[in-house]
Amino acid sequence: MIFDPFVLPFTIGLLILFFIVFYKFGGWIRKFSSEDKSNLKKALFSKNLFVACKEIFYESLLHRKIFRVNPKLGYMHMSLAFGWFLLIVVGNIETRIHSGREINGPFYPIFFKFFEHNRSTIPFSNFFVFLMDLLLLFVMTGVVLAIFKRFYSKFFGMKSTTKLKIGDKFALYSLWFIFPLRYLAESLSSAVYNTGGFFTGTTGDILGSFLPAADIYYYFWWAYSLALGVFFVSLPFSRYMHIPTEVVLIFIRNAGVVASKQYNTLSEIEVNACPRCGICIDKCQLNTSLDNKKIQPAYFLRDVRFNQVKEEIATDCMLCGRCEEYCPVGIKLNNIRVAKRKDFAVDYIDNYKYLPPDEVAKADVIYFAGCMTHLTPSIKHSMTKILDTAKVSYWFMDEDGSVCCGRPLMMNGKDKMAAELIENNKRKILASGAKIFVTSCPICLKVFGEEYNLGIRVMHHSQYLLQLVKENKLKLNLTDNNIVYHDPCELGRGAGIYEEPRELIKRFNNLVSNEFEKENALCCGGSLGNTKMSHDQRNIIAKDVVLQLTSDNPDILATACPLCKKSFTYKSSVKVMDIAEIVANSISQTEPEKIISRKEALMNA
Amino acid sequence: MIEFGYNIAKDRQIDFDKNDKRISTYVRENEPSFKTCISCGTCTATCSAANFTDFNFRKLQLMVRRGETLEVKEEIKKCMLCGKCYLACPRGVNTRNVIIQINQAIEKIENHDI
Amino acid sequence: MNKKVVVIGGGIAGMESSAHLAALGYEVTLLEKTDKLGGHLLNWEKLFPTMRMGKEVVTFLNEGVEKGKVNVIYNAEILNTKEIMNGFSITLNNNIVLESDAILVTTGYDLFDASKKEEYGFGIYDNVITSAELEEKFMKGEKITTSDGKIPKRIGFVHCVGSRDEKVGNTYCSKVCCVTAVKQSIEIKEHLPETDVYCFYMDLRMYGMHFEALYRESQEKWGVNFVRGRLSEACENMDGSILVKVEDTLAGKPMKMSVDLLVLMVGFEPSLGTKKVGKILNLQFGVNRFFKTQDQHTLTNVSNVKGIFFAGSCTGPKTITNTITDARAAASTIANYLSGHDIHNRIMTSDIKATV
Ligand code: SF4
Ligand code: SF4
Ligand code: SF4
Ligand code: SF4
Ligand code: SF4
Repeated sequence: MIFDPFVLPFTIGLLILFFIVFYKFGGWIRKFSSEDKSNLKKALFSKNLFVACKEIFYESLLHRKIFRVNPKLGYMHMSLAFGWFLLIVVGNIETRIHSGREINGPFYPIFFKFFEHNRSTIPFSNFFVFLMDLLLLFVMTGVVLAIFKRFYSKFFGMKSTTKLKIGDKFALYSLWFIFPLRYLAESLSSAVYNTGGFFTGTTGDILGSFLPAADIYYYFWWAYSLALGVFFVSLPFSRYMHIPTEVVLIFIRNAGVVASKQYNTLSEIEVNACPRCGICIDKCQLNTSLDNKKIQPAYFLRDVRFNQVKEEIATDCMLCGRCEEYCPVGIKLNNIRVAKRKDFAVDYIDNYKYLPPDEVAKADVIYFAGCMTHLTPSIKHSMTKILDTAKVSYWFMDEDGSVCCGRPLMMNGKDKMAAELIENNKRKILASGAKIFVTSCPICLKVFGEEYNLGIRVMHHSQYLLQLVKENKLKLNLTDNNIVYHDPCELGRGAGIYEEPRELIKRFNNLVSNEFEKENALCCGGSLGNTKMSHDQRNIIAKDVVLQLTSDNPDILATACPLCKKSFTYKSSVKVMDIAEIVANSISQTEPEKIISRKEALMNA
Repeated sequence: MIEFGYNIAKDRQIDFDKNDKRISTYVRENEPSFKTCISCGTCTATCSAANFTDFNFRKLQLMVRRGETLEVKEEIKKCMLCGKCYLACPRGVNTRNVIIQINQAIEKIENHDI
Repeated sequence: MNKKVVVIGGGIAGMESSAHLAALGYEVTLLEKTDKLGGHLLNWEKLFPTMRMGKEVVTFLNEGVEKGKVNVIYNAEILNTKEIMNGFSITLNNNIVLESDAILVTTGYDLFDASKKEEYGFGIYDNVITSAELEEKFMKGEKITTSDGKIPKRIGFVHCVGSRDEKVGNTYCSKVCCVTAVKQSIEIKEHLPETDVYCFYMDLRMYGMHFEALYRESQEKWGVNFVRGRLSEACENMDGSILVKVEDTLAGKPMKMSVDLLVLMVGFEPSLGTKKVGKILNLQFGVNRFFKTQDQHTLTNVSNVKGIFFAGSCTGPKTITNTITDARAAASTIANYLSGHDIHNRIMTSDIKATV
């Protein structure tokens, strides 16, 4: 039997790791609903498994998504994960070929170079020696980068790196040591037995020239094994838990388990799958504009994981979705944030009994301006002008003041209160018999689309205006204005509406592109998702954003959200306009027939 | 006891010394902008809820500051958290957080946490 | 040879300080960006609190400029300045180069652009106008009517538009608009005795001599009404009148009121000229974006650059009275400086005193 006491730390560590990880996974699987469970079972024996494996390969090993956001960081993660994975695989093949056995002790391939000195008996031995050295070198570059990143994260184009908890420290430092120790152990062994290749062999020769390699190499194998053991034991208590968890997460997602608004098992798995890569910290404007490095998902999820979420952390987030957009693990960060806010929210029932009896008008289209739009009257004014011009039969549902859509309450974890408002608005919408519901507020848009279950088309005005133009119901004049368009968070990342507003602008004006557009759009700072930020902080964010957006001196800074407009107006020297205003202003004045405005029509009636 | 529906003695003046200022203190600590309100009334004028009922956010804040907190709990439920008041406030009072903090203060008082 | 002073800005402050500097024996050049002296004063018919004619004050100021033989350059724009031996060299458009021993900056203010305060409907609804537009009507002797030519039955004045408002970024009080609203209310009543006037205010700032008397007169003699509450928004009614939303904070209830004409009392902002000149001369701006004087009490006319001084509302909102006083003070500060008095050393000592 091939054995040496030094393999014990490694072997015991590995067993403990397996035990804890399977215990945790088992707990999670048990907690799934029976529907999810059957989905999971089905997925095990379907092509989903294959899809999942492919994704696991791409994301857990190659870290393709991190690559896309930050190539240097991607390389670091890939060299560590994929390199280590290959070391294990190739090492196993090597030992199998050598021993002729299918099953070997788990430590045998890992410490192969300690146990095996006579290379000549191994088929393709030179090839394996070369390959293993190459892989070790590959991993070592990752380790060097990782150490470098800890002390100098700017090299990665990142302004920050995450702070560590105690479990993380053990895991991180032991991880740093694993491969350098392996490298030294193999090199010193090679100095004695000449087992190394171009990397460990050469190093061994050099070390052997001034060190008593034969006396000391054994201790390095001990150290290497210890480092592995410590790493394995601390792994489940550290952020490295993300390694096994991400694999499971990808499988579970592929099996069709979807995130819900509640904090559930899937959320818990997501929380554990975060490697704290720090990408979210870099994308978050609370960090970049306000230097607030406390609230980002990297930290927030850690707090969730260790059950120590504080109210001020949970609520101090704009729910802008920038972090979620770039999170390489694809965690539904806003969902988790909002779900956790429920722990602090005071949620009542029967609050809005005072709402008056419904007054409903029959119409084909409902226009709902939204609360905020009442404070940017040029938007609603433009919309009524446009709708009148296009002779749409519409009902201006909240002309005399809105009943809130419920979204702000939901964002703050007050679902019961929101439900009451939703119920009230929904009744009115359905009673009107309209086929299309148009709103000017992207914040409303999302909730009308996703929570109301109206069964009719819910559109943002930018979509609806484009439709009117396409249907030739609106004739617009060309302008030579250069317009930069700001994607409101809720409209862009929130509802995926990027193209309609652009097309609308492009048809009649020059659209100027900007680095911070579409998925990479910034938040104006006006977000309703955050209840903690002060007015001054919001101003700083707005100012930074305006500076970015107007860097090419456009004629107009266009947006499609009343809140964005409000945030920008006082910070911008460039004129800020909603897309509805731009359209209303360029309505062709040469319309043959006189437009009878709704106002006149009502006056006549 | 006969209930007359109102109590003349109670309402005649604000007994500031006796009044319960815990909510006020709590909100001041947790949302400092609460202190800068100048009672201009813009929030009430724009308020979505006040459009339909006699909810008055300016007055509510003032009553909390004066320790007249009896009706606050029922009143504050009328708010829809829509945020119009914040957008309109000339002093940058973080109105929505004021509401949330008042809610929490009430809950904490009921749970004897403060 | 006489020492030279260049004064930048031909408004009230520029004119009066030029007159005084000339009287003190300096060779004064006054630069004005338009083709007329008088600045904003040219646009105001009657002045608070006495209701005397604005042009009388213009005449007074003009006389000072003429008597002092001040060299006025119209349509002037400063391209750049250089510091030279004990003074400055200033290059203007049309290539004039001026040398001076001291510079007085009197670049004044602009009025707040009311269309930025969108919720009040200026630029959206026809019957929302600014205080400056109303004054223009008085000035031209135009009839005060609604957009469709009717006599307004009720007019509202909104105080603090663009002032005392964190949201627009102007947190200061513009000082003149409260009393201007009172003045204009009275004038409305003079023209249209049947029209009701309502002023919507947060605080009535009647701090100047006779302001309070004017306020009282507006109530007593003219029946002007005052509502304590700040407008949240204005909408248009079917008939084009304006529906204002406000809380009557003293009644403790939100209030809707229709007015036929809504007048926005727009406040002060640092003028474009102030921003430009400040950049060219490397002058410090304060938190409110007006020029920063070196001490709020003692060095009100002194800038951060040796030899450059301020007067008038380029350092903050001022009434006409305050501006004239400030202009004279600046003239005497410059005289001190040019006769060798080390004004900057006084800054040092006053700083030390303040910290002790
Ligand atoms: S939440 Fe996503 S982006 Fe943030 S640290 Fe975790 S994995 Fe990275
Ligand atoms: S949602 Fe926006 S504000 Fe919140 S943590 Fe993510 S990036 Fe930051
Ligand atoms: S708008 Fe602001 S300052 Fe005015 S009463 Fe409301 S909270 Fe106070
Ligand atoms: S958030 Fe509440 S108090 Fe403020 S305007 Fe909306 S309903 Fe009124
Ligand atoms: S003078 Fe009156 S109207 Fe003008 S900013 Fe000051 S308080 Fe407001």
